[in-house]
Amino acid sequence: MYLFLAIFLAMMAYFVYFQAVKSETFINSPYNSLQDLFSRRVIRGDILSADGKVLAETNTDSDGNESRDYPYGRVFAHAVGYAENGKAGIENQENFSLLRSHEFFLKQMGNDIAGNKSQGDSVVTTLDTQIQQTAYDALGSFDGAVIVMEPETGKILAMVSKPDYDPNTIKQDWDTVSSEDSTALFNRATQGKYAPGSVFKIFTTLEYYREHPQKYSDYTYFCDSSITVNGQTIHCAGNRRHGNENLQTSFANSCNASYANLSLSLDRKRFQETCDSMLFNQNLPIRFESSKSSFNLSEKDSSAMVMETGIGQGKTLVSPLHMLLVTSAVANKGMVMKPYLVDHIENAAGNTISSSEPSEYGSVISAKEAKLLKKYMRSVVTEGTGGKLAGQSYEAYGKTGTAQVSDTSDETNAWFTGFAGKKGYKDIAVTVIVEKSGAGSTYAVPVAKKIFDVYFNR
Amino acid sequence: MLHLLVQGSKYLMILFFLIYTFECFHVFKFQGNEAEQKRIYHIQRVLLFLIHLDAFIVLYLITKNIQLIGFYLMQLIILLAIISAYHLLYKHASELVLNNMCMLLAISFIILTRISFERAFKQFIFVCAGSFIALLIPMVLQNMSMFRKLTWLYAIIGVGALTVVAVAGQTSYGAKLSLSFAGISIQPSEFVKILFVMFIASMLHKRHDIRQLAVTSFISALFVLALVLSRDLGGALLYFFTYLVMIYVATQRFAYFAAGLLAMAGAATAGYHLFSHVQTRVLAWSDPLAVIDDAGYQVCQSLFAIGTGGWFGLGLGQGLPSKIPVVTKDFIFAAISEEMGGVFALCLLMVCISCFFMIMNVAIKLRDNFYRLTAVGLGTLYAMQVFLTVGGVIKFIPSTGVTLPLVSYGGSSLLSTMIVFGIIQGLYIMQFDDRMKKKEQMLKGGKYRGKRSSEKKPDRKKPERKTGGRQTRKP
Repeated sequence: MYLFLAIFLAMMAYFVYFQAVKSETFINSPYNSLQDLFSRRVIRGDILSADGKVLAETNTDSDGNESRDYPYGRVFAHAVGYAENGKAGIENQENFSLLRSHEFFLKQMGNDIAGNKSQGDSVVTTLDTQIQQTAYDALGSFDGAVIVMEPETGKILAMVSKPDYDPNTIKQDWDTVSSEDSTALFNRATQGKYAPGSVFKIFTTLEYYREHPQKYSDYTYFCDSSITVNGQTIHCAGNRRHGNENLQTSFANSCNASYANLSLSLDRKRFQETCDSMLFNQNLPIRFESSKSSFNLSEKDSSAMVMETGIGQGKTLVSPLHMLLVTSAVANKGMVMKPYLVDHIENAAGNTISSSEPSEYGSVISAKEAKLLKKYMRSVVTEGTGGKLAGQSYEAYGKTGTAQVSDTSDETNAWFTGFAGKKGYKDIAVTVIVEKSGAGSTYAVPVAKKIFDVYFNR
Repeated sequence: MLHLLVQGSKYLMILFFLIYTFECFHVFKFQGNEAEQKRIYHIQRVLLFLIHLDAFIVLYLITKNIQLIGFYLMQLIILLAIISAYHLLYKHASELVLNNMCMLLAISFIILTRISFERAFKQFIFVCAGSFIALLIPMVLQNMSMFRKLTWLYAIIGVGALTVVAVAGQTSYGAKLSLSFAGISIQPSEFVKILFVMFIASMLHKRHDIRQLAVTSFISALFVLALVLSRDLGGALLYFFTYLVMIYVATQRFAYFAAGLLAMAGAATAGYHLFSHVQTRVLAWSDPLAVIDDAGYQVCQSLFAIGTGGWFGLGLGQGLPSKIPVVTKDFIFAAISEEMGGVFALCLLMVCISCFFMIMNVAIKLRDNFYRLTAVGLGTLYAMQVFLTVGGVIKFIPSTGVTLPLVSYGGSSLLSTMIVFGIIQGLYIMQFDDRMKKKEQMLKGGKYRGKRSSEKKPDRKKPERKTGGRQTRKP
């Protein structure tokens, strides 16, 4: 008898718990077709930028026809998304919020009696129109992605992916953008999977440090522009001879020969563990469509594969968002903050209904490791491949990468991932990938620089 | 305007149901004060009909289907008929059980009419038939005392029927459940469970030595095995658990119960590895969104419905309950929560608990061991069934494909539950009469002696039972 009572109480408690806490996940699920019921009585709400600009709104013409308009057009395409022919981006994630109205209840009743629709709530994003526009312009006509975040809070300030589409005309353009040979709908910033190239050396360096916590600074290597082991030769970029190097200068020079050499000494199992603990092979902590990065190294792999892996080629694939989170951890003493794009929801009158608070995902590296990597990433700017960022009003840190698009192609994707700080400003982290362009230092660093310049000079 | 009306009446229904539910438990404060109790039961009935009326006004307004008015009146008549017939025939029937039964039926009518008029109508016909049976049962119980002697008849019919299903039944959702002939399909296991309870009760009401227990367990195992063979694992679980509780109550040995639970855990693990549809359901339970395209579809739709409905529901006719597969049967609770609100659904659960309390209350007060065990068994069945179905719908446990008694659509389930409620009323009356007689005799100053011939020698000292006062709990 008491047993049953306990079971029932537990079940009722679970029901209450579900309604109070867990139901959000299910209500907001894009699969939940019940959401669209609300559009019968509610005008889809606006999506606003952090600086108060309208990114998406619903306008009703004199005949009562509704249209969804995006004043910034292509610039916010992937971040804001679209709401016709399916949904994507914030339009998808926040569908339910946009379709709920928290207008004053008497007004809602009045609307109801008069047969009018109520105005849905507005979603205020963390996106910054100025940064977004800068990033969008900086990427120019290249395909690729740029993503900007505050490491301390997890706020995403900009998210650009190209090729893109115009959300205003998505319905008319649907056949083109959704065709087999178009990737316009694909959000490269969160879903793209790229060979990391030299930005991966952040992980290789960390692993070497973890295996030699006392003696890592004793590492030396003489670079004569290439290394050959078991018949496999790895060249440095542009066949440069880096000469005598230690770990830090190898990192700053992004010396392939040195890293290939160093990775042969690493414990593969521990390397795998380190990468797994740094968000590889798992879902990224974001409420947005994103893909898993992959890293795999086992005893079965050849020495050639180990060397390739150590310099970020091999089988490893990463998304720009993943690199951004790891970079942010370095900037934020090892702590990864959960990235988010929605700052708060407000009703038509501007009163806040609910808001997001920064929340910790967890420490992926120790504060000491973060400090070391920060130092190394600074030397990339002061004496290495990120020289274009030196001598600014802000202090920049980063790592460049130039990754082969595929084994059979000489084309390269340019990478940069880094962060910068200045007194009176919050740090920002930026990850850039410019597809099929050239070297990271030439094509990706300038994009990041434009963003830093705008952000730290306003 | 219409929308406002729908929304307004939604809150009204919740309010009425909250009061009703409160009174279900509040009424126990007035034990002995019959006038006050009568008043409360009367209020409950008024609330019941208000909810029913309110819901049908809304349903009519949103569908504009004239048939609904006629249908409403028919439902009103049958509910009134059940109540008055009980009042007329059985002065001492439990009013609370009666009210709860009618309340659950009314809710069933409302939500089924909302989902499918045709099904609601079929259900209505079954209710008519069921209430007739439920009315007869107390009379039969009062006048016949041979039920305790039909032990082997129960076993043979029960196991036989289940075996026939296992061999010739129709498969639905991975399990063989029903037999169909002449266009009517019935689910024998719904009825057999009553036989099962009566079988165990008749086996154990006099003796429960090792031999008797062994025989009982063996035959019970046959029941359960037949269910497992037809892959009705939810049913098997239901039967087995009921068996355990009855053995425990009969012997008062907790060790048996614990050993049984262990065995159940073992069997569940084995079932998980043996049956693919069990694995599917467990998978769907652990992370439904991950497998939404196939296994998790049903649970996800159910949770979407419950979640989107929120505390106060979307209002009748405002949701999409038909999106949930099997919504009228196993997942009726989700539809109720979606359109009538989470609060309403919780109240519904409380009413079910109230029913369970009443059954156990009857069990405690009954002096006749056979009937006492029967009541315990039926109570366990009822509670287990509510738990399995609601738990499955809200993802508290993996879904087992059990119906919500009296509320879910389905003739077999409805009829068998109405039989159970009929039996409980019969036992309640029996218990009441016993108490009256005892009181009378005490008033006369005579020493009270057991009257029923069947209960010659209670083989163990029974705990003293209070005749009036608050109900006290056992196990």
